[in-house]
Amino acid sequence: MRRVYLDNNATTPVLPAVLEAMQAYFAEHFGNASSIHHHGQETRAAVERARQSVAALLGCRASEVVFTSGGTEGDNLAIFGLVRSGPVQRGTARAGDHVISSTIEHHAVLSSCKQLESSGCEVTYVPVDGQGRVDPDDVRRALRPNTRLITIMMANNETGVLQPVEEIGKVAAQADVYFHTDAVQVAGKVPIDVKRLGCDLLSISGHKMNAPQGVGALYVRKGTILRPMLYGGSHERSRRAGTENVPGIVALGRAAELAREVFAHGDLERMAGLRDRMEQTILDEVDATGVNGAGSLRVPNTSSIYFDGIEGEALVIALDLKGLAVSTGAACSSGAIEPSHVLTAMGLSPERARGSLRFSLGKQNTAEDVEFALALVPSTVARLRELSPIYNKQAVSR
Amino acid sequence: MTTSRTIAVAMSGGVDSSTVAAMLRAEGHNVVGLTMQLWNQRRLAGHEGMPESAQGRCCSLDDVYDARRVAETIGIPYYVINHEDRFERDVVRPFVEQYLSGRTPIPCSLCNNHLKFDQLLIVAQQIGADALATGHYARVEFDEQLGRWLLKRPADRSKDQTYFLFGLTQDQLSRTLFPLGEMTKPEVRQRARRHGLALAEKPDSQEICFVPGGDYKNFLDAYLAEQGEALPDTAGELVTSRGEVVGEHAGIHNFTVGQRKGLGIATGSPLYVIQIKGDTGQVVVGKQDELYSRTLRTHRVNLIALENLTEPMRVAVRIRHRHQAASALIERAGDDEILVSFDEPQRAITPGQAAVFYDGDVVIGGGWIA
Repeated sequence: MRRVYLDNNATTPVLPAVLEAMQAYFAEHFGNASSIHHHGQETRAAVERARQSVAALLGCRASEVVFTSGGTEGDNLAIFGLVRSGPVQRGTARAGDHVISSTIEHHAVLSSCKQLESSGCEVTYVPVDGQGRVDPDDVRRALRPNTRLITIMMANNETGVLQPVEEIGKVAAQADVYFHTDAVQVAGKVPIDVKRLGCDLLSISGHKMNAPQGVGALYVRKGTILRPMLYGGSHERSRRAGTENVPGIVALGRAAELAREVFAHGDLERMAGLRDRMEQTILDEVDATGVNGAGSLRVPNTSSIYFDGIEGEALVIALDLKGLAVSTGAACSSGAIEPSHVLTAMGLSPERARGSLRFSLGKQNTAEDVEFALALVPSTVARLRELSPIYNKQAVSR
Repeated sequence: MTTSRTIAVAMSGGVDSSTVAAMLRAEGHNVVGLTMQLWNQRRLAGHEGMPESAQGRCCSLDDVYDARRVAETIGIPYYVINHEDRFERDVVRPFVEQYLSGRTPIPCSLCNNHLKFDQLLIVAQQIGADALATGHYARVEFDEQLGRWLLKRPADRSKDQTYFLFGLTQDQLSRTLFPLGEMTKPEVRQRARRHGLALAEKPDSQEICFVPGGDYKNFLDAYLAEQGEALPDTAGELVTSRGEVVGEHAGIHNFTVGQRKGLGIATGSPLYVIQIKGDTGQVVVGKQDELYSRTLRTHRVNLIALENLTEPMRVAVRIRHRHQAASALIERAGDDEILVSFDEPQRAITPGQAAVFYDGDVVIGGGWIA
């Protein structure tokens, strides 16, 4: 069966050039980057080259890049690293610290904030408008004298909506509050320049940009004192103990280089064109649908579409059985789907949130892939609606 | 079944449904495994009397893990579907309310009627499956003469689950497969081993899936506390059938008809709960012989083997799971009500349970005991 993968916001395939770059670091160049000898020097050099490449992608210095195990670790390190460390070296969470976040964050940030709350910190979750956007003025209004950190994502994983991070960065700078942004869904899709964003911390994840799972990076602006989460050796300038995941880091470096080439070649415009064509065709061919966050600037690969009167879960399964991989909501530990907190935060009814699907393109996707999706989606939606007690009731009452 | 069909299998992570999936796959069908996520075991963890961690039997991560491993072993696609909202609305809430009104509910039947053979069957159809197969011990077949789908008792009488399936409609039965209907449990385990399923020796689940340890009183307390609702005060009097007050009790939800222990009164001869009066909060107690009665009324009736019950019919009736079916006459007593008159008085007829009518192996239908 032909299979087309349009779930690149969940994870991406490792690009051949990335795979090739990392392969030498399993058996051939296997040294511990901390070792003094030749083997160690080889891998140390590779790690530092990768750090340069990631720094170039983010617009920062190499010394400001900390390698992590992925986006979740980066988010956790940023949040707990800052909020747990008070202005004067304090040991534990200080009751009274205040954090500003948003209602549409990834669980890596949301659950970290919940954890802070349970240890005595206060967190304000600023809302989003109907187009999935945070208002920087809301962030400004949420500021308090004891606000320690603002953590607001750069683009949302479900809708692809880009947040006004530059303006939020200005709010943070004026108030002299640390600003962290989760840029996991941006890296490789839109150029990032941490200086322009004015952020102190920014997390990215390898597997969302064609490097493998299990590697990521956190930008830490020079001078930011971050309390580590892992204690051990003095790796990563004592900010993240543990022997480096050298093959992963090399892969992330290579993926960062390729991402910059993609920006230079205008491939993102091609991706946005495919996405827009897919969206428009679905809207034209299927009744009672709409694009969530369509009124906002979005990353070029993501499309969140609601289909009234159906359960997105059943649609995802039906499409998967026909070879098309897309997703809905956030999967919980069992693999079942919970209603999306992002879409409900945008004001969608629970029914509409449950009837929403996320299509996310990757660099490997072609026009034929989109045609494949377009050949399946309208007919499958029609079939589901035919069998849906909800949709028929709605149709009758109209 | 010689031609290949697309069949969805309701997989619980137990031996029975896993074996069904493996058997259908071996027969060459396109099999899709589905598990319903119905209840988050972590919700009530830590409440008084509830286990700290999620160790419930059903819907636990362990069961999903087991089902997923089976799907992987036999090479079928497998999905978990979230029906927690529906389950709480249609099964858990009614379960709580029934106990609080002095009745003894059967959540498994509600789950079959509202979730498994309703929501899950719809999803099965939506994803392109011709039928939904489950691991129930029962048989379904089409009777040409009657022009109706029949629900029948399985070959393994000790595992008979037809009592919980009386609510199935003709439409639901027409899309349902019970592949274990002709097999015994040991045969099923044998098949599971033959298909290389790691869970072939997994013990059977016994209790209500969302009530850990089977202690429904702790569950009621924990659930209501979680909901921010106070346990309604249903304390009242213990009375005899002649109306004589013999004691007090702390709440009617602590009682089930036929119960002997925990009445808190010492008398010469053992006393039993005869009746629970939800409206007055009285619990009627009496001697063993007062537990017996000859008639009952059922409502919300579902008929399977008949279109309608137009004249009285002789059947065998079970009034609880594992009850020895007893001869009775059933006759229509109202639009949605059937009167059951037993030949011999039956012990502890319990409101909230079902009365299911049988003619030999065939399930005629059933209803809820009023």
